[in-house]
Amino acid sequence: MTHAAIASVLVPSACAALMLFIGDRRLRAQRVLGLVSCVTLVLIAIAAVLWTSSGAIEVYRLGDWPAPFGIVLVLDRLAALMLALTAVVGGAALAAVLTADPGLDTRGRHFHPLFQLQLMGLNGAFVTGDLFNLFVFFEVLLVASYCLLVHGRGAVRLRFGFHYVVVNLTASALFLIGIALLYAATGTLNFADLAVRVPRAAPADASLVHVAALVLLVVFAVKAAVFPLCLWLPGAYAAAAPPVAALFAIMTKVGVYAILRLHGSVFGLDAGAVGTWLLAGAIVTAGFGALGALAAPTLASMTGYLTLASIGTLLIAVGAGSSAGSSAALYYLAHSTLVTAALFLLAERIAAQRASDGFLPSRPVAQPAELGTLFVIGAASVAGLPPLSGFIGKLTVLQSTATTPGRPWLWSMLLATGLLTTIGLARGGSALFWKTTDAAAPATRAGFVALAPTVTLLAFGAALALFAAPVQRFTDATAEQIAERELYAASVLHATDEPPVRPMPSEPRP
Amino acid sequence: MEILVAGAIGLLTACGIYLVLRGSSFPVVLGLMLLSYSVNLFIVAMGRLTVGRPPIVAAGAATYADPLPQALVLTAIVIGLATTVFTIVLALAVSVPPRDEAADRVARPQGDEPSLR
Repeated sequence: MTHAAIASVLVPSACAALMLFIGDRRLRAQRVLGLVSCVTLVLIAIAAVLWTSSGAIEVYRLGDWPAPFGIVLVLDRLAALMLALTAVVGGAALAAVLTADPGLDTRGRHFHPLFQLQLMGLNGAFVTGDLFNLFVFFEVLLVASYCLLVHGRGAVRLRFGFHYVVVNLTASALFLIGIALLYAATGTLNFADLAVRVPRAAPADASLVHVAALVLLVVFAVKAAVFPLCLWLPGAYAAAAPPVAALFAIMTKVGVYAILRLHGSVFGLDAGAVGTWLLAGAIVTAGFGALGALAAPTLASMTGYLTLASIGTLLIAVGAGSSAGSSAALYYLAHSTLVTAALFLLAERIAAQRASDGFLPSRPVAQPAELGTLFVIGAASVAGLPPLSGFIGKLTVLQSTATTPGRPWLWSMLLATGLLTTIGLARGGSALFWKTTDAAAPATRAGFVALAPTVTLLAFGAALALFAAPVQRFTDATAEQIAERELYAASVLHATDEPPVRPMPSEPRP
Repeated sequence: MEILVAGAIGLLTACGIYLVLRGSSFPVVLGLMLLSYSVNLFIVAMGRLTVGRPPIVAAGAATYADPLPQALVLTAIVIGLATTVFTIVLALAVSVPPRDEAADRVARPQGDEPSLR
């Protein structure tokens, strides 16, 4: 039994606690500790991916209680993939904070502890094998994200922060209702145990299970920002500080992860016609995101809408319900997380040189060649132009939905989204780099270090395209593992050969 | 008892949803609190309604109350309290403009640092 699963939760939480002891006055020490934590998380994620690539499912029993009774952490391919994405995006976001001048962490209190708590919540949500534990980690990451969102204050940030908090708290109430319903119908909240019991539910309980599945779908749709539950996202992401928004690029994916884990594996997409609802919501989300990107006034706001469009695209693949669909969704998930995070970071660098990342005429940027190249790579990747990761991602999504009943709707929406995104990004890019006033460009230039986080994220995106075959082998295997619910249940419920209940000590007490 | 509990949950939820949909921040916070109360009651009710039954092994007990929903609801209450406090602070920050630093200076003039002696 490896300790990767628990370490991915313990490392950031321990660092957050240490940072509180260090205090905000010793910012340098906090920064070093934050970097150490992020590097450790990257190493843990690499180890997790290597361990799980053989198909092993690592079960970590907290307190050594056997599975249905105690809480377990489960590290399978899906969890490892999400851990890796979180580590990369979290590391890049932290690097962007440290290389900016002045850093975001100087504009408010407790930035670094909150950042670590956010990573802890994300990692915990990905490795937990228990539904109520998932709720707890959701709350951890949400509370941290509430504080990070309003970090640095400002009236706009506070207003959107309040909307975000209220929407998410209402969703949390619904989450608890779904959990309670599921417990009432099946008597368990362990994913593996649920996977065994849900198909065997008595007819009277089956309808309750369907209701619970749909209530939970609504909850995860709020987290993943599926139309019409997505209206909180564009404003909040545009109002957040760009590095925070880059970290939030992985947060909507938590909702997608939960849908894949619960509806893809435990309930099945047939329960309560979840798949149909998902497809309908996904199509509208993609269209809404693309139209919003056309109308967005700033690059950060446009990236927020592009996040929505990418959520729509990848949920179309999830809703297809096939193993190929899940695989395509996972590839697209990795691509869209990396590239939207890169665009958020780029928006900050452009805004620093141009005085704003809005599309109105402003002074020219100091480094049109460097920033322009990065923007073109990011934009082409998001829009799905060859040869970058977005193209391969969208192609596999199209292929995986080839036999889905609603194919004309899905394909026309996917292709229209690509076209609208291209137009929006072309308009935005030309405004950012060519619509300039006569004012002189600023003398301050971003060095290589300041651009490194963006470059790294885009390089990971390019690597996804370059090593598409191995990555897709991994996502294919992941999708198969998601579909094999019996294997998952067996691995978690019978993690060892030990008897599930240890006998009481037989010798008489003195 | 079932009707009483179900009615209470329904009434709390209805009031909570009505208040959450209001336009200003204070009713919204109240609504979130009512919603969390109703959800907590709902979780307890989903462990089946029992009166006077032991939750853990006791000698001579024929039936038991389900202890798990009670543990879940305890966690939910703690989390709900923390998030409610956070929402109140955030609502205050939104509705009350940030205090000018001068207000602090009036309360504690410069050069008159409080000392422990």
